[in-house]
This record gives sequence, C-alpha cells and structure tokens, in this order.
Amino acid sequence: MKAFISHTGTAVPLRRSNVDTDQIIPAQYLKRVTRSGFEDGLFNAWRQDPTFVLNQPQYKSATILVAGPDFGTGSSREHAVWALQNYGFEVVISPRYGDIFRNNSLKAGLLTVIVAQAVVEELWDAIEANPALEIAVDLAARELRFGGKNVRFDLDDYTRWRLMEGLDDIGLTLRNVDSIATYEEKRPAFKVKTLPARS
Amino acid sequence: MGKTLAQKIWEDHVVHSAPGEPDLLYIDLHLIHEVTSPQAFDGLRLAGRKVRRPDLTIATEDHNTPTIDIDKPIADPISKLQVDTLRKNAAEFGIRLHSLGDIEQGIVHVVGPQLGITQPGMTIVCGDSHTSTHGAFGALAFGIGTSEVEHVLATQTLPQGKPKMMAVNVEGTLRKGVTSKDIILALIAKIGTGGGQGYVIEYRGSAIRALSMEARMTICNMSIEAGARAGLIAPDQVTFDYIKGRPHAPESGEWESAVEYWKNLYSDSDAQFDVQVDLDANTLSPFVTWGTNPGQGVPLDSNIPAPSDFADEASRNAAERALEYMGLQAHTPLKSVKIDTVFLGSCTNGRIEDLRAAAEVIKGKKIAAGLRMLVVPGSARVREQAQREGLNKVFLDAGAEWREAGCSMCLGMNPDQLKPGERSASTSNRNFEGRQGKGGRTHLVSPLVAAATAIRGTLSSPDDL
Repeated sequence: MKAFISHTGTAVPLRRSNVDTDQIIPAQYLKRVTRSGFEDGLFNAWRQDPTFVLNQPQYKSATILVAGPDFGTGSSREHAVWALQNYGFEVVISPRYGDIFRNNSLKAGLLTVIVAQAVVEELWDAIEANPALEIAVDLAARELRFGGKNVRFDLDDYTRWRLMEGLDDIGLTLRNVDSIATYEEKRPAFKVKTLPARS
Repeated sequence: MGKTLAQKIWEDHVVHSAPGEPDLLYIDLHLIHEVTSPQAFDGLRLAGRKVRRPDLTIATEDHNTPTIDIDKPIADPISKLQVDTLRKNAAEFGIRLHSLGDIEQGIVHVVGPQLGITQPGMTIVCGDSHTSTHGAFGALAFGIGTSEVEHVLATQTLPQGKPKMMAVNVEGTLRKGVTSKDIILALIAKIGTGGGQGYVIEYRGSAIRALSMEARMTICNMSIEAGARAGLIAPDQVTFDYIKGRPHAPESGEWESAVEYWKNLYSDSDAQFDVQVDLDANTLSPFVTWGTNPGQGVPLDSNIPAPSDFADEASRNAAERALEYMGLQAHTPLKSVKIDTVFLGSCTNGRIEDLRAAAEVIKGKKIAAGLRMLVVPGSARVREQAQREGLNKVFLDAGAEWREAGCSMCLGMNPDQLKPGERSASTSNRNFEGRQGKGGRTHLVSPLVAAATAIRGTLSSPDDL
C-alpha cells in the first residue's frame, strides 16, 4: 500500500446524503476479477445526467470528494473504494460513513476524513464559489486546511501510523503467527469444521 | 460489571491484544462467494501465501448465478468468468465449494445455517454485508471487504476495533399478519440508516424470544441497513433444536459440551449497553418502504409522506429526491400504489418458512393480470423442500415463476432485473436507486405483503384479500 502522509488538491462538492455503495458502483460492475479499471463504473447511473457534479468541467481534476452524511452505506463491496481510487480520488470528506466502507477505505489507502456537517456545508459553499480552491489534507497533523482555515479531524493513532507507513495488514498480523498457533491449539473439539464435508 | 453477549464472544476470540492496537480476533468460519473473493486469492498468489484453514472455510456460487437453465453454461461471459475463477481458486487452495447444480448450493447466508455450520458463540465473516444473518444463532457475524477476505484467508484472524453495544428491546406480541420483517423495517425507520453505525445490536425481549430461527435470521440480516455491522440474538432452546441433527451439528459426545458452552452465551443482567432502543411489538403493523433507503419506511396502511413532514433539511432533500426517483406523489395511500413485479426470495426472506407463508396466502388464487412474480428459493435445498411440500405447484398455479436458487433480483447481478421505471414489491433488503436494475423502483415488504400484493396488483396485506 502507498503511504499517505498528506495530500493537497481540489475537490468535488457532492451535495447528497446516504450515498450507498450501489450508487458508488452498481452491481453490474462487480463481475470483474481485477482490482483496477473500475473508474467507468463510479456513480455510473448519476453520470448519465450531464449536469451531475462529476460531469462539470470545473471539477475534472479534483482528487477530494466532499459528501453528505452516511456516505458508503450498504453493501460491503470494496469495489466502491477501488472505483473512487481508480477515478483519481485520494480523500473523501463526510460527517459519517457506512462502517464497512470506512474500514475498506482505510485498508486500501483511501483516506476517509470525518468532520462535522457544518464543515461539510462550509466546504461545499467554498468549493462552489471557487472550484480551484486547494484543500490540504494533512494526516501527520490530522488537519484540513483551506481558504486560510484549519480544521482538526480525528483518526486513531494505530490507523494513522499504518497509513503513514503504508503497511500491509497481513504482514503486521503475521508477526503474531505464534499467538495464532497457540490459540488454535486451545480451541475446543466441538468447534465446527467445514472439512471433511458432511451433508 | 457484567458482560454483553457480544463482549463474551469477543473475549473468547482474542488472539493478541496490545494497548493502542485493535484486537486480533480469531475467525471460526469464513464464507466465500464469487464476487468479493477473486482479488483476495490473487493477493495470496502474489505474496506466495496459502489459505491457513481451508477446514474453516466454505464457498458457494450465488450472486451471479442464473435462476433458469442452470444445466447450460452461464450465458453472460463476464459472470461466467467470475464463477469459473471461484472454481479455479477453490480447487487450487483446497476450499470446499458448492457449485451451481449441487444440492448444497445457494445464497451463502442460507447455506451456512442449513448445513449446521453456523453455531452459537462463533465469529463468522464473509465478504458480504448480510453476514449479520448468522447473528441469529448468537454468533458474532459481520461483513468484510476484499482486503479483509485476503487477510482471513492468510491468517484466519482479523484486527478489529471494539464496537459499541446497542440493545434493541422488542416486547409484546406481534399481531397476526405482522412478521419479523416488519420489526426490522420499523426499527430502521425509527433509528435511521446511520443509527446503528459503530454498534453491535443485540435484539432482546419477549417478541424476539417468540420468533422461529428463520424469523430471527430476517431481523439480524438487516442490521446493516440500520448501519450496524452485526446484530445478534442470545441462543436458546429454539436455536439448539434448529441445529440438532443438521449435517455439521456437533456429534453425540460433543453435543453436550457444545450446548453447555452455548447456554452461557447471554448478556449478564448487569451488562452495560451504550444505547437502548425500545420497540412495542403489540402496536406494529405490516411495514413498507416508500423511498430509496431502507429507513424510508412507514406502516402499509398509511400515506406516502411529504418532504415537509421531515424536521431537518438533509431528510427533506432526501425525501424529495426519493419521491422523484420512485415516481410517487406525497400523501397518496400506499395501498393505491400499483406494482409490476413481486420478488420473493433473498438472504432476508428466501427460506422455507418464507415460501410457506407466501404460499398460504396465494393458494388457490391467481396473481393480478400483467404482474410478474418471481419466486427464488434461497438455496437448492430450500427449493427441494418446497417442491416436496408442493409449494412450487401453488406458485405456478397462481401464475408465478418458480426459479432456481440464488441472490437473483435482490441485486440484479444475473439477468433477473427490473426495467427502467418498473416497480417491485420485494422481500429483499435494499431499495437503493437502481439496486434491482437501472431505473427500477423497489418497495421492501414481508413475504405476506409480497403475496397479497401479487394477488391484488397494488401494495396490500393479506387482510385486504
């Protein structure tokens, strides 16, 4: 995973709440067996509308998505995170996320920042007034900076460290492989096994 | 201080714990399907890793699979490639797979319980948000993304931050015609799609205790629609009776020690929940969604709400958008809404009891002229059982289509989809825009409401027949 320390870019104001993962990437796009090439599926239904915010030329090179509350609810599809990344987004800002989406994003290196709804509204207004507005997302300082303002955001130390080091979770876990083996030795005999198959 | 059920299961599965780090949890069962696993297996191959515990892993084909002509090759080449990829990965990594045509094939969350591999006190994960279904057995079960699927394949563990605890207390007695689907739809309408975010929900109370295992699964299934990753119910005699005799139930000799352990799986009387929510079962009535998220639901005998009914601006905007997408007018009685397609199935309501309940309503009647009804059993076993009971004949005689098992129209990854503008009454779990097909409009309902709606052609309950 690529390390994330800070990112500065322009943003897209997505004035919608409850953007579920079916909207981020419809099921028809989930049939692929690769991790890339999902950008064409991103918000596919909404992008049919030429006035949809992602189709507006002033937001073409944006790398930060600013959305309403409950972004990424619904399905566990990590394809939603890949689609955002494949399209070019590095950061999403919203007051609240679906749990599984948030987890997926932080595993895959897409930074999902949580700020108050008032900050989201302020960002929306500021971006619409000036689409070239640069927003700095500083993970080291846990801070957003835009238009002379600084806004703190929370992220637990462990996740922040993992993102800033670009560490692979599996590699981290395998440092504890002895604890896994010890645990397995103590599992009770009645615990179910799928093999050999019974039916 | 006492512990909640979820905390007890959690503590029993901690492999490694360190200050400032998420706990590393052991995973007792990993369920796999074709959509969220190919990239995970690729990751293993790239890193030269193996599956640590194939004997705690099981795969089935469900999301992409067709529900007709299953003896022929899958027509959509991209779906076929994804299913073939699962077959290749399962063979390469030594994972048990139930393929299309196999009697144990079906929706992953129907297959686990029917094989008896879903048991109390387990940690269960799957790359699917409806994994919470298995919580009905008193298991801690939750959906994960593909990165986590790879992590579990490689290590049989997952690092997890501690969730908060929510108790949902449902006291009283459900009236006739009111089901567990109505309980969960009413709860989501009450707390919203973000209400359970960050929590594990434990469903408690006399109305929950009175439910069958399959009805309990319907409730736990939709926990994610309230924002909660997991929902669970303490196991009791109903749970033990359901498991006993199933293929992977503990064998005699081990059964007793298993039950002894399972009987300790309840929240202590002095356990602390972060939040309590109460729901009165006595006053519940059949529920239906009118909008484009599962929280936009009301009793079936009421009118479609107006955006101005909502206090905050975000909800007003969402309601306005939803009404436009759904092609509905505020203040119209829901029972006047005409339906084109009825879908009976999914991991929410595709089990034998759901099919029986709907068949009971439909028996001897015909579905409305011009309406299409798809009946899609949750698994090949459920389908076989229904056929033994003659339920297929009830549906076919009424004019419905009797299909093969799978996820089908719940998410329309296979050819079972709504056309743009087409309106469904669906026993599934999500009414998102385009969920059942681009431009399709979905009303979530119980199997009883689905059946009555199929007969009358407008949203209806069995009392209207």
